[in-house]
Amino acid sequence: MDKIRALIVDDSSVMRKIVERSLRQAGVEIEKVLEASNGAEALAALRDNTVDLILCDINMPVMDGLEFVREAAKLESAKGVPIVMITTEGSESHVVQALTAGARGYIRKPFTPDQVKEHVLPVLGKKP
Amino acid sequence: MSTDTSFITRSHEENWLPVLELAVEEVFEIMLGCRVKPVAQSEHKPNGEYTAMIGLAGALCGILTVCCSAKTAGHIAKKMLGDTATSAEEVGDALGEICNMIAGNFKNKLAGTDERCMLSVPTVISGEEYSFHSMADGNSVETVLLFEDAPVAVRLQLQS
Repeated sequence: MDKIRALIVDDSSVMRKIVERSLRQAGVEIEKVLEASNGAEALAALRDNTVDLILCDINMPVMDGLEFVREAAKLESAKGVPIVMITTEGSESHVVQALTAGARGYIRKPFTPDQVKEHVLPVLGKKP
Repeated sequence: MSTDTSFITRSHEENWLPVLELAVEEVFEIMLGCRVKPVAQSEHKPNGEYTAMIGLAGALCGILTVCCSAKTAGHIAKKMLGDTATSAEEVGDALGEICNMIAGNFKNKLAGTDERCMLSVPTVISGEEYSFHSMADGNSVETVLLFEDAPVAVRLQLQS
């Protein structure tokens, strides 16, 4: 697998580290990880950088994950970049909202590295 | 369940303690790789050096708190981060995320609740010199679990 550039969006720095670790445990080779603590920071990061994968929480201050997904869809630099939500919000309505907005995957917290593998590898075009 | 009132009624009629305990056990097992088990509250009362709290709004309205000693909060953070060195900020952050995941896991287990209940971002207080006055004045569900032989108290207080 080619090395990827990932953007991890979560207001918890601890959770960003855990998500990055889970990605590596899933066998994803990472060239660089960009971090953002809310949707607005993530949009700013996407204006200056290109990434291959975005992992995003929903409940965040300033700009939540669902709004971020909608706004990211308008950015040329984010076109075609798969977004996978990682969140405590487990309701079907949140899943539908996220997928309708353009997210390609949905992982509920708490999560195992196997779940990250199962949901992330397919959106990178790999078998889990 | 068609009205918000029905959830208040349910909190009185249904035994939510096992649901809360299961939500806590799953979070600790999945995120920390540790099994925790409920113990008698009268025999294991944690000091409140760290308190993480998260608000619930909507159909289920109230506050969920996770309370433990500073040492235990540090152990939780180390377990989550894989025994790497943790700063004081990370300790609070880790406990806040545990609280967040317990609240989310709990509401996801209550049929019909997850769709109409929102969570706030977590808040963490460190230090014991404070008084906690929740406006959630209704039914409460509380459990104490042992994590590496140290008590962790989890309390859900609902607004009546």
